Amino acid sequence: MSARRLTLAGAFALAAISTPALAQGAVPERFRWLTFVVFGAIIAVTMYVTYVAAKRVKTASDFYVAGGGVSGLQNGWAIAGDYLSAASFLGIAGLISLYGYDGFMYSVGWLVAYITVLLVIAEPCRNIGKYTLSDILAYRNNQKAARIVGALSTITVSTFYLTAQMVGGGVLVKTLIGIDYEISVMVVGILMLGYVLFGGMVATTWVQIIKAILLVTASILLVIFTWTPYGFSLPGYLTAVVGDAKVQAQVAALLGDAAKNMTPEQLGQRFLEPGLYLKNPIDQISLGMALVLGTAGMPHILMRFFTVPTAQAARKSVIWAMAIIGGFYVLTLFLGTGAAMNVGAATIRGVDPGGNMAGPLLAQWIGGGPESMLGNLFLAFVAAVAFATIVAVVAGLVLAAASAMAHDLYVGVIREDHVTPQEQVRAARIATVIVGAMAITIGILAKGQNVAHLVALAFAVASSANLPCVLLTLFWKRCNTGGIVLGMIVGTLAAIGLVLISPNLSYPLAIKAAQEKIVAAESAKLTKFGADLTAATEAPAQGKLKADIAKSEKAKAAAEAKIKEIGNDRTSIVGLEKPAFDLRNPGLISIPLGFLAVILGSLLYRDKRAEDMWDELYVRQNTGLLLAKPVAH
Amino acid sequence: MVDTTQVDWKAIDSRPEFQELHRKKMGFLWGLMIFSMVYYFLLPIGAGYFPELYKVKVWGPVNVGILFALSQFIVAWGIAYFYATRASTVFDPMAAAIVADAEKRMGGKK
Repeated sequence: MSARRLTLAGAFALAAISTPALAQGAVPERFRWLTFVVFGAIIAVTMYVTYVAAKRVKTASDFYVAGGGVSGLQNGWAIAGDYLSAASFLGIAGLISLYGYDGFMYSVGWLVAYITVLLVIAEPCRNIGKYTLSDILAYRNNQKAARIVGALSTITVSTFYLTAQMVGGGVLVKTLIGIDYEISVMVVGILMLGYVLFGGMVATTWVQIIKAILLVTASILLVIFTWTPYGFSLPGYLTAVVGDAKVQAQVAALLGDAAKNMTPEQLGQRFLEPGLYLKNPIDQISLGMALVLGTAGMPHILMRFFTVPTAQAARKSVIWAMAIIGGFYVLTLFLGTGAAMNVGAATIRGVDPGGNMAGPLLAQWIGGGPESMLGNLFLAFVAAVAFATIVAVVAGLVLAAASAMAHDLYVGVIREDHVTPQEQVRAARIATVIVGAMAITIGILAKGQNVAHLVALAFAVASSANLPCVLLTLFWKRCNTGGIVLGMIVGTLAAIGLVLISPNLSYPLAIKAAQEKIVAAESAKLTKFGADLTAATEAPAQGKLKADIAKSEKAKAAAEAKIKEIGNDRTSIVGLEKPAFDLRNPGLISIPLGFLAVILGSLLYRDKRAEDMWDELYVRQNTGLLLAKPVAH
Repeated sequence: MVDTTQVDWKAIDSRPEFQELHRKKMGFLWGLMIFSMVYYFLLPIGAGYFPELYKVKVWGPVNVGILFALSQFIVAWGIAYFYATRASTVFDPMAAAIVADAEKRMGGKK
């Protein structure tokens, strides 16, 4: 026990030494201590929860699925905490603040995804599963083959998602609070390791619940403050949004030449219409498919259904999760438009070009602005919640990857289930340390890399490989080992392959051409400004022109620097000069391929066990007969 | 580990009670699933190919597009509520009866 306390203390110390390493961030330097106080309080509470949980984690079942003793309501909040990553919390509010309607439309798929989970995944998986995705796949198929492909896919999906979270989180914390990237990656990693290693699923569940409650509370408060001045009227509020000069200016900037003949009223209204961000409908449908089918194939989400005792509790947890997640996304409409109107796209972009700071900056504005104590207290609170969000999501992912490594690969495949209960728990903890160390290392190595496509990739693999295999083994009698193995391989390779040749990657020639265009445009501007300056006689006009010239020169120099950086590179990392596949999201092609592979593999392969076990699987997934009762603590 | 060999699964599967549960549940689940997918994909398809329709203002600045997007949330929650009600009033009692019957037979064997 003393060793555990020591490590917990170590995590605290690490959080504390990060204080002096400050750079620029959204939180003004003299208010930064506020963020640390709020974040410190969150760490203290979650560490205490972990300490209590650690005493309860004795068996592998406790470690992986909290002994199956989580209630439906608790699990609903935990699913929301597991699912609402910083990308959805900060990212979607940011998209709405910059692009209006398209950002809101984007959020819908994240909720609809849970209909798939509710109708065909949650209850059957609870009825026949134990700890992992592979437990479902191995039920009536060849144990070793199913466990190996299931575990590899779980580790692949979790690693993609984990890397995106670690890198995205590191950048976010740097933008928000100004802590060095490496330190924030390490703090996130070590905190998460502390929760998972000692508290297993019990602590992870509570960390996710606490984080979800904080996130929802913060969002509700922000929306109340944003909406109150308009008497909670939707048209009244949106009239103010479309009438705002900052919103109109942002739309004009997005539309460029097309905005010239539009009145300010038309520009404002355009913010509530589609097409400012999402240009390719086919890509939207492809992304929608990956979302609504991929969520149900995400190992860390699937794992949450093994933590409840019955199918009824699993159902109840999805209902709660849908209420919380859906409610949250409706709130983001107000967070995003509120930030667009009150803070303004120019300011939001100034702190972070991707718009991620919209929510935090709105909080600061509500409290009274960048110079006020209350404004910075609000900002500090939102920043701390964002940090907690990253830790909670990462903890769930690490647990999923570690369970695949320890439970499926080590215990199931290598030791063929001949292990003592103590060995199982030890294997789980060792795997957790391996995955945690890997997450921190990848996070630091991937600094500065473009990781946005990794989230798309995780959903693509989950929807093209995991979901077809799980769905067909649960509902199609003929499905067997041949189908599972072929489906996993084809689904994964198709998803990864298509992303590698998609526009998601960086294409040096395209970047170079875009930057050269900027250089040409700025040069033309400079010539014009130069001529105007010689002609200008009055001091104010001269001053303005000089400022314009300085701005143009800066933009030109930045573009030239980027061209220089590219140098003689011509191709992307897979050797293509331009994308060979036009969609950013491969789902439209890779999901049908995944299903087709499972069907073909099953038809071509003879597997007596899969056929014989069908009655058992089908009766159990529908009735829950022989479902082990939860262990009372 | 649960010992699953003590149950005659084939016999349960072929019982009329189980077959009825299977029929009712599958028709309901996949029907609802298809409806929800169609309704969801109408949103990006409409935004991509019929943007003029989305721009029609109905309530102050609130246009068809915003109402349609908001309706997605209502429909998703509605489906969840509809399914949960049907499951707890129809499927759960049917499954419980099958489980009780099977457990009685298992008890009888001992």
